[in-house]
Amino acid sequence: METLTLEKEKKTSTAPTQVSGGVAVLEAFIAEGVETIFGYPGGAIMPIYDALYDYKEKLQHILVRHEQGAIHAAQGYARVSGRTGVVFATSGPGATNLVTGLADAMIDSTPVVCITGQVFAHLLGTDAFQETDVINITTPVTKWNYQVTDATEIPAVLAKAFYIAGSGRPGPVLIDITKNAQLQLFEYSGYNKCDHIRSYRPKPIVRKEYIQEAAKLINEAERPFVIFGQGVILGKAEKEFKKFIEKAGIPAAWTIMGMSAIPTDHPLGVGMLGMHGNYGPNVLTNECDVLIAVGMRFDDRVTGRLDKYAKQAKVIHLDIDPSEIDKNVKATVGVWGDCKETLPLLTELIEQKVYPQWLKKFNEYKQKEVDKVIKEELDPSSDVLTMGEVIKLLNELTEGNAIIVTDVGQHQMVACRYAKYNQSKSNVTSGGLGTMGYALPAAIGAAYGDPSRTTVAIIGDGGFQMTVQELGTIMQFKPNVKIIILNNQFLGMVRQWQQLFHEKRYSFVDITSPDFVQVAKGYYIPGKTVCKREELRSSLKEMLDNHGSYLLEVMVGKENNVFPMVPQGRGVAECVLCKEEI
Amino acid sequence: MQKKEYTITVYTENQIGLLNRIAIIFSRRKINIESLNTSPTEVDSVHRFTIVINEIEDVVSKLCRQIEKQVEVLKAYYNTEEEIVWQELALYKVSTDAIAEKVKVERLLREYGARAVAIRKDYTVFETTGHREETDNLIKALEPYGLIEFVRSARVAIIKGSSDFHERLKEFEYKEPGEDAIENEFLDKKEEVFSM
Repeated sequence: METLTLEKEKKTSTAPTQVSGGVAVLEAFIAEGVETIFGYPGGAIMPIYDALYDYKEKLQHILVRHEQGAIHAAQGYARVSGRTGVVFATSGPGATNLVTGLADAMIDSTPVVCITGQVFAHLLGTDAFQETDVINITTPVTKWNYQVTDATEIPAVLAKAFYIAGSGRPGPVLIDITKNAQLQLFEYSGYNKCDHIRSYRPKPIVRKEYIQEAAKLINEAERPFVIFGQGVILGKAEKEFKKFIEKAGIPAAWTIMGMSAIPTDHPLGVGMLGMHGNYGPNVLTNECDVLIAVGMRFDDRVTGRLDKYAKQAKVIHLDIDPSEIDKNVKATVGVWGDCKETLPLLTELIEQKVYPQWLKKFNEYKQKEVDKVIKEELDPSSDVLTMGEVIKLLNELTEGNAIIVTDVGQHQMVACRYAKYNQSKSNVTSGGLGTMGYALPAAIGAAYGDPSRTTVAIIGDGGFQMTVQELGTIMQFKPNVKIIILNNQFLGMVRQWQQLFHEKRYSFVDITSPDFVQVAKGYYIPGKTVCKREELRSSLKEMLDNHGSYLLEVMVGKENNVFPMVPQGRGVAECVLCKEEI
Repeated sequence: MQKKEYTITVYTENQIGLLNRIAIIFSRRKINIESLNTSPTEVDSVHRFTIVINEIEDVVSKLCRQIEKQVEVLKAYYNTEEEIVWQELALYKVSTDAIAEKVKVERLLREYGARAVAIRKDYTVFETTGHREETDNLIKALEPYGLIEFVRSARVAIIKGSSDFHERLKEFEYKEPGEDAIENEFLDKKEEVFSM
């Protein structure tokens, strides 16, 4: 092994013509501007890791504690940096552990490139040690995947992988490389970035005709309403979007994935859509006359019952993915294209307008929500701590500048409902797949994605226990992650449903937890538990001021519910504010 | 909306694993594939899938968009039976004695336009092409005379309204294709799409 490496070094330093497949992978990373890799070594990916030994100066490798942690970290990294996250995993179990993250990245359109090791090509199909058919396992959860058995393919395949992952509607790509290809020496003639695949058209050339149709509808509208998703962020079109709504004067609501694309306190921002979104945007979806959907996919959590969704409205749907247009909601005008290109064209054609009466209506609904839900959540009258007040204090202390990473469940909904954001790419959450255990590793990735900002992970007591092992990664590599566990001693969201829809039959939602602070202590991460309101502000401050990671456990009300709610199977206009209304 | 037979034509790269990628688009939605044929096209390295399913048009059109979304798919079309010319090939193995003895068998085969492709002492293999009912009918007709084995191919279909497709396929090669190659169905088929 030693002589092999030495020989390689000699060769690369003099005439870099003969390289191994492993080196070619790393050279591709450098050419693509990769700085951080999240991974876990193993038998079938050892040649790549061996090559990595010589690239320690150029590429930072974060050794996670489980491959699922690696891919979630890469997702968090991608979501915050706007770049493609990169993962290494070995064959067999290493590769299968990526599946949840791939599915998550697929449904949330997160650009990730995963490299998995594979057994020697001659062993494929022999049930060799740690052999698994990773290409077929991951086909439904990848935008593209490919198995490399010959090293000469590596530069072109990786170029294609990065191009596909990051262009059009982004998504995860998995490249499986057999061990022989990683070892194989070949004539390397450099790396060429890919910018064209004949069968793949990431975005169309925008045609003006449907922009005109859309503008006409908008100009004629009396109660137009904009709903937007992550497409605005992925398309890096925040500015274009802001210009559009500001000229049009149209109220805009975000999906959970679109959150932070405009500052949460923007005067035209009317809140979050969806099952636990804000009251006004949900109810008024069914009162607008023109619904303008930008970079969102009408997920069932947003639409509620489809046959009761915006039936009165003409729908304009801007999306880069043509398969989303007309998929769930029939568009009156489909605007297929990159919203960075289509929005300015549309802005040009629309009239400068204001809709004071229409906006007033949103405010009326907001007031109703404040009175019935928000006030009690943010300023509770009882001694029991609420999740909302934690978020409210966090907003005050971070002034809306933090990256907030959430897990899945009640705390996620509360955090997304109340968190304030001043800048884009600040909300990292598992929206489509709803992956519990996402937050801790994603927060690690987010901290690497933008080390200049504070990263706060907000996690429930259930989700934290799903990927708690990543505390080890924090211990070893010291990314600055502030962890808030909102502990209600229940699997809260399921409990809420059992209370509301299953006659309070609490079936296996009573989850016991270890002493989280002691667990963190075991990983040399300081922490503390808060049970009293008086201590909350100072504890949050202590957490934020701490040099390095910190774990703060907040004991919140056991049986608090998240409202408003659009109960499953009902229309958005049937959004309820309290359990009595269900 | 009533379920109908649709023929989906997909132009793809020749790539390992693509068959699976396309097949799971159907199986994920619990849709059965009635017939599937894949073969090279007239354009070098481009392959053509012909898939037959029974579904309503709304589902079929969405399926086609999902198929077309796959990186290695160039184009996917769907057509009703009226919009295509299609054929299936069938092979029938019959005892040579039966044909030699009974004039009726010979007449039958002639009637159905069957052609002998292999003649051995003990058996003869006939071939016919046609629609499903036609090849089915010959099975029924031959059964009383000792049909030994039968096999049928998947459907192959030509789309009646595909005038310049060959040229268009070649356009995909270029980085900036002409407007024809980047069809925008939201515009081109306005009457169909621009309705509530």
